[in-house]
Amino acid sequence: MSSPYLIFFLMFSVYPILFSLTLVFHRWNIISPMKFVGLENLSYLAHDPLFWKSITNTFYFLAIHIPLQVVLALVLANALNKKMWGITFFRASFFLPVVISGVVVTILWKSLYSTETGLLNSLLIQLGLFKIPWLTSVHWAMPSIAIMATWKNVGLYTVFFLAGLQGIPRHLYEAAELDGASPFQQFIHITVPVLNPVVLMVVILSTINGFNLFIEPYVTTGGGPVNSTLSVVLYIYRQAFSFYKMGYAATLGFTLALIIFIVTLIQKTVLEKEM
Amino acid sequence: MHYLLLLIGALSFLYPFIWMVSATLKPENEIAHLSLIPSHITFDSYRAVFDKIPIIRSFFNSLFVSSAITASVLVFSSMVGYAMTFLAFKGKSLIFYVLLFTMMIPFQITLIPTYILIVKLGLADSYMALILPFMVSAFGIFLFKQYFSSIPRDLIDAARIDGSSEIMILFRVIWPNAFPGLVTVGIITFLTTWNEVLWPLIVIREQSMMTMPQMVTLFAIGGSAESQQGVILASAMLLAIPVIIIYIFFQRYFIESMASSGVKG
Repeated sequence: MSSPYLIFFLMFSVYPILFSLTLVFHRWNIISPMKFVGLENLSYLAHDPLFWKSITNTFYFLAIHIPLQVVLALVLANALNKKMWGITFFRASFFLPVVISGVVVTILWKSLYSTETGLLNSLLIQLGLFKIPWLTSVHWAMPSIAIMATWKNVGLYTVFFLAGLQGIPRHLYEAAELDGASPFQQFIHITVPVLNPVVLMVVILSTINGFNLFIEPYVTTGGGPVNSTLSVVLYIYRQAFSFYKMGYAATLGFTLALIIFIVTLIQKTVLEKEM
Repeated sequence: MHYLLLLIGALSFLYPFIWMVSATLKPENEIAHLSLIPSHITFDSYRAVFDKIPIIRSFFNSLFVSSAITASVLVFSSMVGYAMTFLAFKGKSLIFYVLLFTMMIPFQITLIPTYILIVKLGLADSYMALILPFMVSAFGIFLFKQYFSSIPRDLIDAARIDGSSEIMILFRVIWPNAFPGLVTVGIITFLTTWNEVLWPLIVIREQSMMTMPQMVTLFAIGGSAESQQGVILASAMLLAIPVIIIYIFFQRYFIESMASSGVKG
């Protein structure tokens, strides 16, 4: 019963990896024959300012997205962790953006972010504040995309945290309360240690998602202004399917996979030591 | 205090969607107004979407592709999951490592060669281009293996004595006993493929073959919407409606499936 799977695996896993590896050492636009260029793609990558820009952009995105995501998900999960009326409704509403297509969310937020006609700036003006050039300024564009991505995904991580919270036996809190621990102390000494593995999972999953950022900049900014929201996957997409530089795009793909692997490994080591 | 926090939360997730519904029903020049209630309700934005792009065709494309992939993943992944759980055969542990390995290679590496493979097979701009690479899922196999492990072996032995073939056992004995597993894998596969947009953007150029998210994306960034916000939002709304309707009825299954599997749809 596994033999169809093996054929599938050969076609869509083994062959692509080997072929991708070959492409790294070639120049190829699909139409003309492949040309062996040795390490040219790699040395080009090392000095490609746009590649490094896309990597820096991603780290900037993660620096905003991950802390925001973890804190908000924790707060929401704590709020949900009570037996009370309407809790199913609240949980379902937090989770709604998770199931909705990223395309919908991105189009919606592009409208909300619009400098002249957007809901967010209209609100800021009503409050007597100033307009923010959400997606049109080099400084604001990436944070705006990070906020949008957090809004989309936080419901999923809330549910992860909630599952963790519900696994904590009630009597631990009761005992701590008898010993005179404040709610805050209970949170720090009971809740946080239990949730540490969930934090690790959330950090790693958000990191992988962050490195795969594509549709958000593709729809809202096209990578601009001045490449401030160019993501690595968007850059690969352009190299491969706008310029047909298959060899270089494959090199970028391998490098990105390697970077993701190293970053998540570091996160795992650091965060597990903390626990 | 508690309720206040939950209310603020719910409002910040739901209000943008409510605003979107209202914006698509307003005349174009009122979209910037804070008020949710339009001076009069108009379906002009929706009418414009239907006039400008074959959105209904793309809906059926998406429906067909997502259903085909989901059916295929349920059948093939549960077959491999069954073999891995209940059958003894040569190379079983090899397949296990192969699975782990497949799950770990990121799509950035396989994206370009898979595209080239599809082109070489002459499948670009076809349903097969959208379906073929996703027909078996390693993640599905793992989940099935997990669900199947809790099914008592006696059930299978009894069925074998009755003379059932392995395939019959899978569909007649195992499937009815692993219903939550089927729901979980089904929901996640359907949602992931319904929402997938990068792959269709790469392998489909022909408008009549486009999936719905792809068509809406290209409509939003391309010129044919003439940057009318109401019209673009209406196309996004049409893309969201099917998922929202299903979600309203089955939200518990959606949340539990995705929470238990730890993946993003």
